[in-house]
Amino acid sequence: MIGDEMRRGDVLALEGVSVWRGGRQILDEVGFSLAPGEFTGLIGSNGAGKTTILRVVMGLLAPAEGTVLVNGRPLARRNRSVGYVPQKVLIDPDAPLRASDLVALGLDGEKVGPRTPSRQRRQRVEEMLDAVDATAFADARVGNLSGGELQRVLIAHALISRPQLLLMDEPLANLDIRSGQEIVDLLARIAEQQRIAVLLSAHDMNPLLPVMDRVVYVAGGRVAVGTTDDVVRTEVLSKLYGHQVNVLRVDGRVLVVSGSHVSLDAIPRQSGAPAADASVEGR
Amino acid sequence: MFADYMLNAWVVATIVAVVAPVVGFFVVLRGSAFVAHAVPEAAFAGAAGASLLGLNTIFGLGAFALGASLGIGMLGRRGRHDVVTALALVMLLGAGSLFLGWSTEYAPEIYSLLFGEVLGVSGNEIGLTALLGALCLGAIAVLYRPLLLTSVAPELAAARGIRNHRIDMAFLVVVALATTTAVPVVGALLMFSLMVGPAATARCLTDRPLHAVVLSVVIALLTAWASIAAAYQTNWPVGFFVTAFAFAGYLLAHGGRWIRNAYSRPQAPLAGESAA
Ligand SMILES: Nc1ncnc2c1ncn2[C@@H]1O[C@H](COP(=O)(O)OP(=O)(O)OP(=O)(O)O)[C@@H](O)[C@H]1O
Ligand SMILES: [Mg+2]
Repeated sequence: MIGDEMRRGDVLALEGVSVWRGGRQILDEVGFSLAPGEFTGLIGSNGAGKTTILRVVMGLLAPAEGTVLVNGRPLARRNRSVGYVPQKVLIDPDAPLRASDLVALGLDGEKVGPRTPSRQRRQRVEEMLDAVDATAFADARVGNLSGGELQRVLIAHALISRPQLLLMDEPLANLDIRSGQEIVDLLARIAEQQRIAVLLSAHDMNPLLPVMDRVVYVAGGRVAVGTTDDVVRTEVLSKLYGHQVNVLRVDGRVLVVSGSHVSLDAIPRQSGAPAADASVEGR
Repeated sequence: MFADYMLNAWVVATIVAVVAPVVGFFVVLRGSAFVAHAVPEAAFAGAAGASLLGLNTIFGLGAFALGASLGIGMLGRRGRHDVVTALALVMLLGAGSLFLGWSTEYAPEIYSLLFGEVLGVSGNEIGLTALLGALCLGAIAVLYRPLLLTSVAPELAAARGIRNHRIDMAFLVVVALATTTAVPVVGALLMFSLMVGPAATARCLTDRPLHAVVLSVVIALLTAWASIAAAYQTNWPVGFFVTAFAFAGYLLAHGGRWIRNAYSRPQAPLAGESAA
């Protein structure tokens, strides 16, 4: 694990989290922590384990080993301080449900018993829709929204219960560059203004470079954590991948390309071994 | 047609026409119309079996409906029931026909379990129907929000700590209860059309979930009342009218929506087309 020290006041702290699924180890001693208002990118290629990490943080998946602390406390099943936008949300276009209804369900969708409609409630939904620039399609059916519109509504759904941590699983996957940039800017603004820690997964880190405070780089179930400059470097990522990769910087963009696939035998790969140089330890 | 002996029919049909579409709204939303079809078949098989053994048919009907719901829910994980449902459906139909075959007298009572006997409802059936109906409505009112969220987006529900499988099982029990309410009155085959038809029609007409529920009830009430009246006038079976009216309503609403969409499209041809 290439990790960082746990800090006081962290919204989220993972330590030594290992997960096995179907007889295979998916996460290997993953550890990192997030401070309030921090925008963190969870970067990794397909199948690296990003969704798995987010599901562990949500309490949807129990790790075989390790601890997950939210606000210094162990996970509870329903944690109001964590908002989550899943990778795939398919909504039937025939379902009679408006964008504003879905946002309202973010307020108290898990509660049983009849709901008392109140002006205060409606106002909060309106404010939330406004905060994510979704007022224009508040009355549209959720199933008919475009990818970018739906993404905004889902963010509003996740944020309306005022969480301290927002988890976003590949929100940019189906968006064009412009909508992606708009969503990223929106999230960065929210993180800063409301002191919400944002953990956003993506396979391409470039759209996040301007706003990302830190990066949690996932490969083969292990992570490297730190600022972009600390982590996204040829030596660090080669050690994480266990083979040669090259980090290229072109025009302010970062490219991580696989090298000659020569495995670096010199690098210890046994789990738990500190595989990184000192520069990525801590912050 | 409002004579004393008809009064029970009006009352019971009204209760069923309130309960069935409320449950049906969620059946349609969850895409489990197939389950709503299988459970009444189970009810029919249960009633046929009970009558063969000389037991109370309502009891046999309820037991089978509940058993089928829970079985389908437990075997079909993650809310996907279609294969289990299909197998259960044919198995139950087969069992029903076997029980009927064994039974020495061909009881018209059992025939009415399939096609309904609105015009022959007895007074003491009303109490039971009303009680079970109230239970269903109560359960839906309590579960409304989590049920709505699991039905449209199970991933979002799970993220809020809702246990989708539990809600699924609870809902299947409600479907079984609603079926027990209605099958003795409108019959196994017709219960399905009152559950699914009005709800499917209503969601073409409004974008709001609560409005859609209310609208489903209004459509179901109109369907049920019109069917009784028509059956009384023509002496044709009431079941024919229920299914026909429910389907006609659905076609009308869809046709209406199609026409609306066609007219709201831009009239000018696309640039590429006009050049061609
Ligand atoms: N239930 C499961 N059983 C077995 N393997 C699983 C299970 N769930 C996930 N995996 C495996 O775990 C690995 C990590 O999956 P995960 O969904 O976390 O990847 P990801 O980084 O989110 O990828 P993507 O970018 O494609 O979404 C994959 O190899 C996947 O096949
Ligand atoms: Mg994923």
